[in-house]
Amino acid sequence: MAVRVQTQDFDLTMEISALRANTPKVGAVVSFIGTVRDLNEGEHVAEMELEHYPGMTEKALETIVVQAKSRWDIFDALVIHRVGPLKPLEQIVLVAVTSAHRGEAFDACEFIIDYLKTEAPFWKKEQTPTGARWVDARVSDDEAIAKWAQR
Amino acid sequence: MQIQLRFFASVREALGTAQESLELPANVTTAGQVRDYLRSRGGAWSETLAEGRSLRIACNQQMAEPSTPVTEGCELAFFPPVTGG
Repeated sequence: MAVRVQTQDFDLTMEISALRANTPKVGAVVSFIGTVRDLNEGEHVAEMELEHYPGMTEKALETIVVQAKSRWDIFDALVIHRVGPLKPLEQIVLVAVTSAHRGEAFDACEFIIDYLKTEAPFWKKEQTPTGARWVDARVSDDEAIAKWAQR
Repeated sequence: MQIQLRFFASVREALGTAQESLELPANVTTAGQVRDYLRSRGGAWSETLAEGRSLRIACNQQMAEPSTPVTEGCELAFFPPVTGG
């Protein structure tokens, strides 16, 4: 179980290799990567800045990963989230989960990214042609959380 | 009681400060009461911390409720709903 908040980019292949290294019991690896879009709410995004709450952000991510581990039979999970200035096409976040079978890994991976989006203190500020703006939280993100309570 | 305040993202920008130490009056004992107390400073404080504004509060780096008690030396943070991922 590892969480990292960093300014530098990450490499999916390297991270997955490290997660699976010397662990032949792994039969499934599910990963999610979030990337910067050039269009949001109808406006062109030239760049975004990601702010976080050092200390609390890492703790919140660890709590989410621990919850996923207690809910599903998974072996390991990795969360990497970048902060600082990011441009369209760049990678923002990686969630990767290993398990014996795919079902548990798919569910745990989706759970982690859904909770990350509503519980982990990160904030996006976009640069658009009409100026800088803070991104508003989405109702659909709260709905994504609600579905996990019902399952 | 003395506490540490932290502000993030749009809240930090609107208030023009990221952190401060604050000596609380004896009758201010919960996170929600600290928000009310700061609002009484007027100007950007009353606007940014207005009751209708959607704000999250963390106490000692854990998500908190308005009813969460504040304790000597605790770190109380105010920020907008999160938008990572």
